[in-house]
This record gives sequence, C-alpha cells and structure tokens, in this order.
Amino acid sequence: MPLLVIRDLHASIGDQEILKGVDLTVNAGEVHAIMGPNGSGKSTLANVLAGRPEYTVTKGSVQYQGHDLLAMPPEQRAREGIFLAFQYPVELPGVRAWQFLKAAMDAQRQHRGLEEMSARDFNRLLQEKVQQVEIDPELVKRNVNEGFSGGEKKRNEILQLALLEPKLALLDETDSGLDIDALRIVAEGVNRSRRPDNAIVVVTHYQRILNYITPDFVHVLMDGRIVRSGGAELALELESRGYDWVKEAVS
Amino acid sequence: MTQTLTKYAGYHEAFQALESSAPKSTPPWLHELRRQAWSRFQQLGFPTARRGNEKWKYTNVAPIASAAFSHPAALPSGAQPTAGRVKQLGPSAPGWTNLVFVDGHYSPALSTQPGQAPGIVVDNLSKATVSSPQLVQPHLARQAGFEDDGFIALNTAFLQDGAFIHVADNRTAPAMINLLFVTTEGPTPKVTFPRVLVVAGKGSQVSLVETYVSPAKSRYFINTVTEIVVGDGANVEHCRLLLESPEAFHVGNTRVYQGQDSTFTSAGFFRGAALARNDFQVLLDGTGANCTVNGLYLTTDSQHVDHLIGIDHAKPHGTSRLLYKGILDGKSKAVFGGTVMVRKDAQKTDARQTDKNLLLSPDAEVDSKPSLLIFADDVKCAHGATAGHIDANTVFYMQSRGLDLATASRMLIHAFAREVIDTVQAEPLRDYLDGLFSQAMPASSLRFGGTP
Repeated sequence: MPLLVIRDLHASIGDQEILKGVDLTVNAGEVHAIMGPNGSGKSTLANVLAGRPEYTVTKGSVQYQGHDLLAMPPEQRAREGIFLAFQYPVELPGVRAWQFLKAAMDAQRQHRGLEEMSARDFNRLLQEKVQQVEIDPELVKRNVNEGFSGGEKKRNEILQLALLEPKLALLDETDSGLDIDALRIVAEGVNRSRRPDNAIVVVTHYQRILNYITPDFVHVLMDGRIVRSGGAELALELESRGYDWVKEAVS
Repeated sequence: MTQTLTKYAGYHEAFQALESSAPKSTPPWLHELRRQAWSRFQQLGFPTARRGNEKWKYTNVAPIASAAFSHPAALPSGAQPTAGRVKQLGPSAPGWTNLVFVDGHYSPALSTQPGQAPGIVVDNLSKATVSSPQLVQPHLARQAGFEDDGFIALNTAFLQDGAFIHVADNRTAPAMINLLFVTTEGPTPKVTFPRVLVVAGKGSQVSLVETYVSPAKSRYFINTVTEIVVGDGANVEHCRLLLESPEAFHVGNTRVYQGQDSTFTSAGFFRGAALARNDFQVLLDGTGANCTVNGLYLTTDSQHVDHLIGIDHAKPHGTSRLLYKGILDGKSKAVFGGTVMVRKDAQKTDARQTDKNLLLSPDAEVDSKPSLLIFADDVKCAHGATAGHIDANTVFYMQSRGLDLATASRMLIHAFAREVIDTVQAEPLRDYLDGLFSQAMPASSLRFGGTP
C-alpha cells in the first residue's frame, strides 16, 4: 500500500482556487521533489496535507496509510507521522523549546500507545539530535524560535524532524534563505532521516538543495497541477532551461 | 434623643457598634482617627457618580453602594477553617511567618510565628496600636489619606485588626511574611476592612505576600488598605494575591512611599471577584529610588477588574518599571489606567510602563490607558499597551507537532502569564503562582487573530 495517494485534489483559500487537480502517489522509502515557479501551489499542497485550517479542500481525496487524511485534525495528522517543516517557522513567545518539544513528543508517543519519555531519556535524545543537526545547544534552552535568525529557525525545524522521526516529512521551502553551510546542514539532516519506511517530500523553488538531497522523483507543479514528472535529471533540466520551457511544452 | 438620618445606615450602625464595644485599651488617637474617617466617609460616600470622575470612569460601584452587608464583630464563633484548610487556601512554605485573618479578625490560633527576630515586629495591628503606638502612630493613615477617597475613609473608620510589620533600621526580616485574609461563608453578605501597615526602616529588608481568599462562592464586600513605607536604602518585596469568590466585591487601595535609594518590587495576581478594583500608588520621594510594579490578571465570565496604577517620581535619578498583563475570557472586562508622573525636580528619571492583554473570547473587553505626565526635561520614559488574540498561525504550528488545541492554547496562555510570574523572587511563592496560572483554561469559543 502506498504511504500517500493524492487524487484530483482541489483546494482554495477564500474564493481563490489554488490547487486544481493534483495527483500524486508517494511510497515509503521515496524522496519526491515538488518544484515550480512562485504561486504555482507548491506550499499550498504541503500545507493542505498538514491540515492548515485556512485552506478549504473543494474536491478530491487524500489517502494516508489507507485512511482519509482530510478527515483528520492537524494534530492527529502529526501524531500519525506527518511533519511539515514550515517555510516561515513560528515564534512561540514565552514557550521554552524544551517544554514544547517534550509536549510534542509525549502527545505523539501517547497516540501510538507508547509510554511518556522520562525527562532524563528525553534530554539524552534531544542532546543527541542537537549534535546531529549542529544546532547551538543554547537554542533549545530558549523560547521556541524567539529571536532566532532565519537560519537558526530552519535548523530548528530540522531538529524537530530528527526528533519526531515522521513517516512523511514535508519540507516547505526549507532551503530558501539559507547560506551554503546552513543548506548543507539542513540537507544532511534530511538525508539522515531517510529510511526505507518513511518518505520525504521536498517543496522547493530552486534546484540547489537537490545537489545534496537526491530525489527519486521530481514533479513540476504549475497553476495548481502537476504538469510533468521525472527522475532526478528533470531538476537539472529545469535548472538549465527554466520553468518557461515546461510551460511551453505543456501548453 | 434625636434621630439622625444617615445615608449609609447599615455602616453607621456597625460603626457605632464598633466604637461602643471597643476595648478600654484602645488609644484615644485611634478613636479620633476612626471618627474623623467616618465623618469624612459620610461626606464622600461611595464614588457612584462617574460623570467627570476619571478615576471611576469605567467602573460602576453602585452595586456596592446599594447592597447591604453585615460587619462581623468578631471571629466567627462556629466553623472556623482549620489550619490544614488555611494552608490550602493560599501560598505557604515551611518557615514562613503567617498571619491569618478570618472575616477581618486576627486568628491567633491559625497564625504562626516561627521565632522572634530582634528589630522585627510582625503582629496584629490593633494589638500594636496599644503595645507599640510609637511605631504605629507616625505612619498609620499617613500614606493612605482618606480626605478624597470614600473607600479609604470607610476602611479607616473601621480600622481594627490588620497586619503590622515593622523592620528596624538595617535589619532583615528572616522569613517571608505571609498575610492571609479569609472570608468565610455566612448567612448574609459580609463586609470586612483588612488593613496592612509595613514600615521598613533605613537599609532594612523584608518580603511579604498579602492573599485575599474565600472558600465560599457567595457575595461579600472586602475593602482593603495597605500602606508601605520603604525607608532610605531599604528593600521591600511585595506580592498581592486575589483569590476571591466569583461573587465578591474587592476594593483595594495600596499606597507606597519610597525614600532615597530604596527598592520596592511588587507583583499583583488577580483571579476571582465579580468586581475588583486595584488602586496602587507609589511615591518615589527620594533620589535614586527604584520600583518595579507588575501585575497579572485573569478574568472570566462577567468579571470586571479595574487597575488604577500611579507611579509618582518626585525626586531625581529614579527608575520605575510597570508591567501589567491581562488574560480575558468570557464576557469579562478589564480596565488599566496607568499614570507615570515625573515631577519638575525628578530629572534623570527612567520610567517604563506596559499593559499587554490577551483576549480569549470575542466578548471580552479591555480599556487600557497608559499615560505619562512629564514636567522634567531630562528623562527617559516609555509607555505602551497592546491587546490581541491567540494567533491562529501559532496554534497551527503547535498542532502540526501533535499538540491539540486545548494543550496548545494553555501552553501559550501560561507562557504569556509567566513573564510576570517569573519576576517573583521567592521560589515557593513563584511555584505556587505558576501552578495557579498553568491550568488556566480558555473558553470553548476561543478566538484567534492574525493572518497566515
């Protein structure tokens, strides 16, 4: 059974239809890249899958592990193993990172019938992940994302990815605004989380991050539809020829 | 015998009963003070007229003025709360000095003083007026003048039991002084007049917490006056905690006087009460005085809380920090009137005041008016007020990590509250307050703001 099956997905924000019939199948063990020009609906797709309430699904279906994903509230999707790395990670004023991460971990474990982690075990795990993603250990002692630089916020998303070990990771333009070192660290974090039993969907405008994360499939999203799919080589072609080439090819 | 028509007949009767039953030891000056205050109250009455009355613009005290309350003449004879119950009603920790008042009367049985320290007096005020009038008389009713305030006049007219704390020059009170004012359930609504007088001598240090609490759910009226004198170079840490019944009327007046190079730190926490008024005035009357006045209020249902905070910089080189935060749910309403006054002589003043509000429901309302009155020309002053909702995008971020809406909201509310809670230095007290505000639950009609 595929991990994720999207069929003819239409979604709107307000009166504006953004997704106009997306079809996509993702199997465990795969890495998919979703590319496309600005405003094509890439971020909308990732956010609809995570359950952002501002979007309304008007048509189509999403099956996740054989269940109706669209019927689940956002927290249930997270507990079932979906993780969205935000394009603009949110500052949580006054909420300590440690407390937040522990609460997230506890909620997810409880949902899976696992015991709550002791503070000591959680600390050990967190420290291990902090080292892995090369994040400043002081950051997890502070309030979530509060006063973090752009790069620190993105790295903090990757820390959460490493910690929560999702089945389906959605990276929403995680590469944008990163310098080359931060990009490498983020990509290594993603690569480290690749396992045969999970999948990663990388939403990106640029081919750059795909130098570090080799996708199994590349899809081009334009005007709310996937207009072209291929292997990793498609990303390189887009890099050299631009999106206009696809636009002309499909029109 | 002539009969006088009295506007506030119930209070008049109670006042006469108090005066006629006063113990012989009551000093004449105290009788005189009460009589003057009563006479002034009769002229002032309650501030029910709000037209042109800026101090009471947003708060209607007619429900207090029109209701009848009985004044308990003594400790309740029957069911007094047990020591164990009292401990649960407010903050407590081993080693603290505890003064407990039940229905306005000092309870020796429930109070505990772990040991006498030289130069430190912690006692029932009415006893201190007899045993140490030389310490009490120069300060009592001097900071809280009753000439232009009906509530202070009424409290002073009924001045009887209360807390008296005196710390001699250069002494440090060894333990937290925990003042607990309990109002018990009764057949008729009660009125009580708690009074607190704190005198911290030059270079002295003292920490105290005042808690006003009721295990009852019923209506009563509690009219409090607290006077705090912070001597030159002294350091006073103060906490004021309201845990009143949801039906209670609480009107509290606090007056603080600060000498040269003194430090005063206060944190107020407000839960409960149908109507709560917090009139809190600090006078920085010495060069280099420094004060921090923080507050946190949580209101639900149709509660109404009114903060009137004044910081008066009268001398140069003073610093003041004023931070009030509100969490409003249901149809509740909060008023914040903050005034920082910098007088002509108070050059080099550094003052900041902020009021931040978190509105959880669409029907909650806040009127926030921070203001600065500056008459000096070389000062650093800032003020601001905000009111907002829990941000929808923030909640989605937390949900996307697996937290449900209730947990996410509670975490955000708690984090909002913690900025004030964390200013409390005494750890047992801080932990107690943290517990009190960590479980604050938003209404089901939680309102979100912000755009994605």
